[in-house]
Amino acid sequence: MINYLQPEFHVDIDYDRCHKCGRCAGQCGWGVYSFVERPLPDDAKCRACHRCVTFCPAHCITIKRSDLAYRENPNWPIRARKGVWRQAASGGVLLTSMGSDAPRGSIFDALTLDACQVTNPSIDPLREPMETRTVIGKRPRALGERVPKDWAGRLTLSTPILFAPMSFGSVSLNVHKSMAMAAKRLGTFMNTGEGGLHADLYPYQDNVIVQVASGRFGVTPEYLERGAAIEIKVGQGAKPGIGGHLPGEKINAEVSTTRMIPQGTDAISPAPHHDIYSIEDLRQLIYSLKEASGYKPVGVKIAAVHNVGAIASGIVRAGADYVYLDGMNGGTGAAPAVIRDHVGIPVELALAVVDQRLRDEGIRNEASIIVAGSIKSSADLAKALALGADAVALGSATLLALGCHLCQSCHTGCCSWGLTTQKPELTRRLDPEEGAQRLVNLVSAWTHELQEILGALGVNAVESLRGSRDRLRAIGLDAQTCEILGVAPAGR
Amino acid sequence: MCGLVGICDTGGTRHSGEDVMRAMALQHDRGNGLGAGYAGHGIYPELPDHYALHLLFENRAALERTEAFIDAYYELERAEAIPTRRTDGIGKAPLLWRYFVQPNAKKLSDSGQREDDYVVYGVMHINTHFDGATVVSSGKNMGVFKGVGFPEEIGHFYRIEEYGAHTWVAHNRFPTNSQAWWGGAHPFSLLDFSLVHNGELSSYGINARYIKQFGYVCTLFTDTEVATYLFDLLVRRHGLSFEDACAALAPPLWSAIDAMEPAARERATLMRDIYGSAMLNGPFAIVLGTNSGMVAFNDRVKLRPLVAAVSGDLVAVGSEESSLLEVLNTPDYVWAPKAGEPVIARVGQPFDITTATLHTTAERSAA
Repeated sequence: MINYLQPEFHVDIDYDRCHKCGRCAGQCGWGVYSFVERPLPDDAKCRACHRCVTFCPAHCITIKRSDLAYRENPNWPIRARKGVWRQAASGGVLLTSMGSDAPRGSIFDALTLDACQVTNPSIDPLREPMETRTVIGKRPRALGERVPKDWAGRLTLSTPILFAPMSFGSVSLNVHKSMAMAAKRLGTFMNTGEGGLHADLYPYQDNVIVQVASGRFGVTPEYLERGAAIEIKVGQGAKPGIGGHLPGEKINAEVSTTRMIPQGTDAISPAPHHDIYSIEDLRQLIYSLKEASGYKPVGVKIAAVHNVGAIASGIVRAGADYVYLDGMNGGTGAAPAVIRDHVGIPVELALAVVDQRLRDEGIRNEASIIVAGSIKSSADLAKALALGADAVALGSATLLALGCHLCQSCHTGCCSWGLTTQKPELTRRLDPEEGAQRLVNLVSAWTHELQEILGALGVNAVESLRGSRDRLRAIGLDAQTCEILGVAPAGR
Repeated sequence: MCGLVGICDTGGTRHSGEDVMRAMALQHDRGNGLGAGYAGHGIYPELPDHYALHLLFENRAALERTEAFIDAYYELERAEAIPTRRTDGIGKAPLLWRYFVQPNAKKLSDSGQREDDYVVYGVMHINTHFDGATVVSSGKNMGVFKGVGFPEEIGHFYRIEEYGAHTWVAHNRFPTNSQAWWGGAHPFSLLDFSLVHNGELSSYGINARYIKQFGYVCTLFTDTEVATYLFDLLVRRHGLSFEDACAALAPPLWSAIDAMEPAARERATLMRDIYGSAMLNGPFAIVLGTNSGMVAFNDRVKLRPLVAAVSGDLVAVGSEESSLLEVLNTPDYVWAPKAGEPVIARVGQPFDITTATLHTTAERSAA
């Protein structure tokens, strides 16, 4: 059936400057270019991933937004009209990837940080120690308090930043290698996601959190033993309540071995864990994993949903060592657009509610809080810490650092940057050594900026920012949102 | 900028408040007349086992409501207005009263609380529920005298020279964060602890949220209050030694911890894990007075002055060396304690000078 959609982008080539070298055609993963003496683009296939633009030696390619005019109708935005046309042609669920592009704005952006003036001195991180070391896990309430043996394990991070779970299969092995090497060099952790641990990552296993999700891909006693910690994935911010579907085209020999499923078959993660239908089941799984792994820390990752405070409290009381909150702006390798854009709550609110709830119940010491879901800069990091997070996890930012241009097409498996694909001609574009360096650079830069922020705040350790909400003020947030965040409006 | 002084006689001899007042008067310029105060430990030898509740009331109604509460929950031994005298420079004072009490035995038993927790609960209740009433101190055989004025004025007003204490702490205030009011002057006190502070706790937000989990409500609009409650939590309720409490509140840097022997490293790491939210961060010098002695320490990078001196049984600390020399004629030792290194004086034990790092020529021994 003919698709009634019009191209979103226009590939503009200045042929006077074009070398006619054909590199654009070679670089494009979407088949935009045919090459007959010169590159001939098909606008309809372009995803605006800018791979060709970046690698064009003549800098003669410009991707432009199509300036096709549509009849204005505020009640029928183009976005909605295109959805209808696509679904009328396909009859299917609208698939998308990466974080939501719904124009909701970020609560982080409405928060500002404090700084010292006169009465207390700011501290210069170039001259004074500025500590960012962070410990994730359970801790006793008081020194000398006897604690159960399953409280022993904790993770020590040199900086409150981790790499977010992204499975081998949804991303390439080279992405996994980049994260693993970077985590080791930085003194932090990567997370396997739900696709198992490839043997090439064993040398980095002390810096790897292994995930157990509803599909249980690659989960063996050995897998649990290799990880520094284990994470039960219940939900994902981009698709709360939804399972996963990795299409068979992405299941090559390596993915098949690592996931322990036949090559070429679809990898389906059920929406729920079929052994978790309530909180007591979660407790059993947490303790089964602890028993199986010699009492490693076990975290639980959930999507931020409306009742997140009570859910997180239950997770902590079920024995989790950390709660991982993934907000509705979090990324994904593939999700129905309707779920991604309309289900869940922003991570800022979920974090504020959970941190306060655990304090109200006197159990904040029993679990750390890791947050994710569109942490875009060190400012977001600092604000998340001030709201009460122990650490943040970077998913989208990690992929961006490796070249991703947020074209939201991971689910196609054709990523021109070689990240969310298993095609060997594409995955080889990422050199893990260089990828690791980019990730080390990014995390180091954000850590330096965090140190500057801490110094401006007049504190020399990250634990003095964590949960210190009176160092935040809100601009333009309504009174109720301020109350939920526990943050005063600016000027007060 | 504020000024502080602490003097402890480790031999247990009680000294009139005159000395500490003179030492404070020498630091006149460290305040601006908007707050000063004294705490004396060992001042009520005639009623040593009663909780001495020092209160200030903004109005008569607050006094009446509070007295009704005290009558209902405590056995009152004695109630009296705190003796004062008219003093130039001191404006209108609130109503100042003290009550010597024991918890009502039946109410205490019904509450299921420890006796000291029962008293703390009562203090929090008065501070949070009775508008215009503030508990200034609540310990046994000790009391806090504070208000809006310069330290020599406040001392004269309260007739400080008439009290004898083995441990005095005193403060001269230059308020920066909160408006001047009588309850906002230092020392801050809970049970037997009194605390004075020069500096600003940049970590106040998380310190207050942390302490709230243990039932402490910050009501006095100042960061010093939270430090007082932290000492109460760590020492009285968690059973930490003063050394450990200081190490929790101003912990060693990770680089120093990493260089420790394995057992010490493990313990220091665990302490930072547990008490990270209690860490007092930002510039401070703090002196804690207790019925068993005195503790003084600085923030982790020493952003506020603190000098210590020893002369026989007397251990003195203060913001300025000159004020110590004013009361200790020929000290045996004078030194500037290192960042985070506590000076701990215990009544009944000679001061252990080996706990002090004496490392520059300015820190001299008279011996």
